[in-house]
Amino acid sequence: MRKQIEGSQAIAAAVQCCRPEVISCYPITPQTHIVETLSAKVKSGELENCEFINVESEFAALSVLIGASAAGARTYTATASQGLLYMAEAVYNASGMGFPIVMTIGNRAIGAPINIWNDHSDSMSMRDAGWVQLYAESNQEAVDLHIQAFRLAESLSLPVMVCVDGFVLTHAFEPVEIPSQAQVDSFLPSFDPVQVLDPENPISMGTMVGPNAFFEVRYLHHEKHLRALERIPTIAREFEKTFGRKAAGLAEGYFHEDAETIFVALGSMNGTIKDFVDLRRARGEKVGCIKLVSYRPFPSEVVRSLADSAQRVICVEKHLAPGTCGVVASEVRHALQHSGKQVQAVIGGIGGRPISLAALDGLWAERNRLDEPHFLGLNWEVIGSVLENQKKIRRSGPVAESVVKTVAEKGGFHGI
Amino acid sequence: MESKTVKFYQTGTFTVGNRLLSEEERHVQASAERTNSLNSGHRACQGCGEALGARYAIDAAMKATNGQLVAVNATGCLEVFSTPYPETAWQIPWLHSVFGNAPAVADGVAAALRVKGKKNIRVVAQGGDGGTVDIGFGCLSGMFERNADVLYICYDNEAYMNTGVQRSGATPPSARTATTQAVGVHPGNEFGVGKFLPRIAMAHRIPFVATASVANLHDLEEKVRKAIPIQGARYIHVFVPCPLGWGSLPQHTLKVARMAMESGLFPIFEAEYGKLTHSYKIRRQVKVEEYLRLQKRFAHILKEPATIGLLQKMADANIAEFNLMEEK
Amino acid sequence: MKTPPRPFAITLDPGSSMHNLTGSWRTMRPVYSHFLPPCNQACPAGEDIQQWLYWAEEGKYREAWEEISKNNPFPAIVGRVCYHPCEMGCNRNKLDLSVNIHAIERFLGDLAIEKKWSFKAGADSGKHVAIIGGGPSGLTAAYHLRRLGHQVSVYDAGPKAGGMMRFGIPKYRLPREILDAEIERIEKMGVRFEFNRTIDDVDALRKGGADAVFIAIGAHLNRKTEIPAKDACRILGATEFLREMEGAEPPKIGRRVAVYGGGNTAMDAARTAQRLGADEVMVIYRRDREHMKAHDFEAQEALDEGVHIHWLRTIKAITEDSITVEEMKLEGGTLVPTGREETLSADTLIMAIGQNVSSEFLKKLPGVEVRSDGTIGVDAQMQTGAPGVFAGGDMVPAERTVTNAIGHGKKAARYIDAYLQGTPYTHPEKPPLAKFDALNVWYYTDASRSRQEMLDRVRRKTGFEEIVQGLDEETAKFEARRCLSCGNCFECDNCFGVCPDNAVIKLGTGKGYKFNLDYCKGCGLCVEECPCGCIDFVPEVK
Repeated sequence: MRKQIEGSQAIAAAVQCCRPEVISCYPITPQTHIVETLSAKVKSGELENCEFINVESEFAALSVLIGASAAGARTYTATASQGLLYMAEAVYNASGMGFPIVMTIGNRAIGAPINIWNDHSDSMSMRDAGWVQLYAESNQEAVDLHIQAFRLAESLSLPVMVCVDGFVLTHAFEPVEIPSQAQVDSFLPSFDPVQVLDPENPISMGTMVGPNAFFEVRYLHHEKHLRALERIPTIAREFEKTFGRKAAGLAEGYFHEDAETIFVALGSMNGTIKDFVDLRRARGEKVGCIKLVSYRPFPSEVVRSLADSAQRVICVEKHLAPGTCGVVASEVRHALQHSGKQVQAVIGGIGGRPISLAALDGLWAERNRLDEPHFLGLNWEVIGSVLENQKKIRRSGPVAESVVKTVAEKGGFHGI
Repeated sequence: MESKTVKFYQTGTFTVGNRLLSEEERHVQASAERTNSLNSGHRACQGCGEALGARYAIDAAMKATNGQLVAVNATGCLEVFSTPYPETAWQIPWLHSVFGNAPAVADGVAAALRVKGKKNIRVVAQGGDGGTVDIGFGCLSGMFERNADVLYICYDNEAYMNTGVQRSGATPPSARTATTQAVGVHPGNEFGVGKFLPRIAMAHRIPFVATASVANLHDLEEKVRKAIPIQGARYIHVFVPCPLGWGSLPQHTLKVARMAMESGLFPIFEAEYGKLTHSYKIRRQVKVEEYLRLQKRFAHILKEPATIGLLQKMADANIAEFNLMEEK
Repeated sequence: MKTPPRPFAITLDPGSSMHNLTGSWRTMRPVYSHFLPPCNQACPAGEDIQQWLYWAEEGKYREAWEEISKNNPFPAIVGRVCYHPCEMGCNRNKLDLSVNIHAIERFLGDLAIEKKWSFKAGADSGKHVAIIGGGPSGLTAAYHLRRLGHQVSVYDAGPKAGGMMRFGIPKYRLPREILDAEIERIEKMGVRFEFNRTIDDVDALRKGGADAVFIAIGAHLNRKTEIPAKDACRILGATEFLREMEGAEPPKIGRRVAVYGGGNTAMDAARTAQRLGADEVMVIYRRDREHMKAHDFEAQEALDEGVHIHWLRTIKAITEDSITVEEMKLEGGTLVPTGREETLSADTLIMAIGQNVSSEFLKKLPGVEVRSDGTIGVDAQMQTGAPGVFAGGDMVPAERTVTNAIGHGKKAARYIDAYLQGTPYTHPEKPPLAKFDALNVWYYTDASRSRQEMLDRVRRKTGFEEIVQGLDEETAKFEARRCLSCGNCFECDNCFGVCPDNAVIKLGTGKGYKFNLDYCKGCGLCVEECPCGCIDFVPEVK
């Protein structure tokens, strides 16, 4: 059924159709609308046969799901930002143990400074935690990815994060096709765990592994991701068959076949980039883009194939990794090594600063003169001034305070 | 506690078994058919109080649930010595996640069992004092306030033993640990710090809170038996000496525990919905000093009567607060 | 069933730890042992007291009685008259008070009489043993020898069997129906008795068919002392006095009776005189209460019954109706006369200053050592210098008690049997003593000693009814359960329970336990927590 609906509500509706049996969560902006909606569905009885557990922290939320999953239940939670960091230990544990938990990340920046707006630094911080990470471009895709996520997770015994840009998607109202229960039921079989806590068949789960086997355990975890590279496109094709709607699989190209310059991005900014591509194509410029849906596992081969025609690949990423930068670009560069293609990292959209069409136009204009990496929309005037001041006064206070003070001195933000 | 007093039978129920008692009156541990939940071959040190306490408690729980039990374990000695790949000593369904989350994991297991309609299966979570009173405290308090249907058992050996005997919130005053060394003006752990979790558990007003000791098997088993069928959050705090960490002889594990109990330093009691309902009456009172003398962690205070006096005062205060002496 | 594709290494199957044999850690090893309980060590009859208490604890009285009978055929008698050194040794004294062993033994003995439990003789060996003397020692030897299948003839100078048990111990301490019942049970094993038969030629006995001889004629001759007397009052020997009590007519005594001596016989004589109706009974003894030979309770019971005891007095002279005594004092254990004299009014004097053996007849038997005090020298096997001739009881140098005599009888029987078989008997080596320090007494329930009821004083003064009453079954069982089972397993399951490594295997009721050394790490918890201290802890031999 097609509905004009808030992203969070749409996601909640999709999750409901997946018949989760235990949901446990802790409030954090911007994912709260999802679990609020689910809690109401459970309490009202609309979502049957499900336990909704309000816990005291994200760490507990995921821990509850670890226990529930071990006991054979289909499990779901959602978090963001600080919350994801607070559950970090359990995040690694859930994947190491092979529990097919599905978790929505309402992508949001990580403090300090505290910031509730969108970027990808939270999920990026967990990129090596062993979870599958899928990024949604739109709320429709968010809905579709959640349904596929449960199937993927349970078929591989691997947890899946569905990353949805905070506010940009979670709070956006747009028309979304909400699948019917019958459709989802035909696509998603009930959870049949490979191991379960059962008095009739007692096993010890989560035992201690030393140097004699730890490496092998880790490799087998990696191997599951290699299998996920095959499984994700298969599931996407089956999704299309069931729901009659295209599913992107690992990654999806847009005007990529003959593109000389190709943008690569995760999540909702693909929408803006596609608009930009349309505009440039209208002018006859050979620009295309690749939407990376699966960041973990990283689909190197698919990227290589989609970027085949391009000489220049521009990776736009909403994550600033201090001291290195361009995490996605590094991986794309690795995928395209020996191809002679130029790979450019563009860091932008940090802490909620929008990536507008105008910003992309500016970028395009400067495309032959970009620094590596390029910081899109960064106010260099403020940076310069702060650095200048720091040279003069050895102010030991926090950087954030310093910036705010400088911005204030400069008369506030000017159209940033 | 609703246990009938056994008529005089040589050792009554103080010993593990007693051929003069009927089979039903003997302890779970007296039965050759006990589960041995924690089986032979585990790698606990010689005379490990925790290994013993865990088998006592879980075997009792297995008896009480007729084998329908799932256990969740926090990281710690118990987890490490029982499950090094490729061997596990557990004979029951058992799950370890991380150090601080056992109460939450157990809550999840219980929730899943409810959803799956397996209401007959009961859930136990267990951890050491570090995993319980310190790093796992947030999850534990959450589990309590949600009145989650979990029996949490803490095996308290009063320090972080697995990592090499560091101080925990359950370490007693003046005890030497690797992070409260016997040096300086106040050698050992400070006075006036630390927490007694059973009282905090009582403050949550959960249906059942109890302390127990490996030195009092009858009481321990009764408490587990009683706790198992109660719906909601239950907490049992079991005193388990650690020969390695305390510097006591392996063969003295139960003796040390007995003296803690008989001196009043570790009170044995139970509470329902936050109210004290029953306490163990000291049978053969000993001075705290006798308890201290068995342990090298207190060696530095044995010639300090004032410090010993302070510890004796703590015991006396427990005796008064928890009503540990039989009315004369 | 297909193996589910479980995670590698982090999920493991139960039972896998059994592959890890932690027994290799061990440097010390626990060993189930048997130690000698102090009660057993102290028992002159060599009873395994702890073992029969073990059965009594369970209410298995028949087994308990049979266990006693392995060593002692007289539980009902000994439960009354033994001075129970076992109770002196009892480790429970260090907790509260000893187990009331003799009272339980008496209960078992009385029950056996009531239930008419009997002894069985062994298969005939074709050997014949002559026993001279039908007292406790001779009867015990007869009993054991019959169990071993030997023919036994008992010759006694008196009219009935029992010796000092009948002719020395008053009825109020040992009712005669009890004595008769336990002797009759031995008689029914096929022991041949000849009464009123004094043997003075041992050789003749042997020539007459006795393959071995056991002599146990006791010590019945009253010691004498020189006392200046003119127109002396009636003077009696204590043994004759007590023996006459068994005759048709009680002995004649006056109204004021003095007994000279401080042993148990003196007390028996005084108390008997009291019961015969004397107006006043006094005991005259040269030492004080602390140094008297009689057991304190005997003196106390005598005092309770109105007997007056004059401590630290020796008799200087006697007349028809008075006794002159001199006051003595003790200086560093030595008696010193003070020169102070007093005169006590008395018309009868009973001499109870000890007994001698009438061993004159043995002097003609080559090799037999007759000592100056009349006692007979025997070796460690109770054998005299004459091969095949054994002796025991009061006539050999030892403490003269019924229980000691029973012990002699048993021991002699063993060696006589060995002598008859021509194979040496070697007694199994005694295990080390079970010490109090090895016990873990915390485990034992509090239980105070049960007391036996006493006949009230008025009735005690006037008749020969038994003074000390028996225990009922519940009390006897309770009392048996006070036993700490020192040094010997009583199956409390503590070792089985307290092993952190499940390395103790329970073999089933009555079968005890064994260690599973594959897993025992040698922590010693079982050793420390064994209530009765029956587990030894020894260095591991590699």
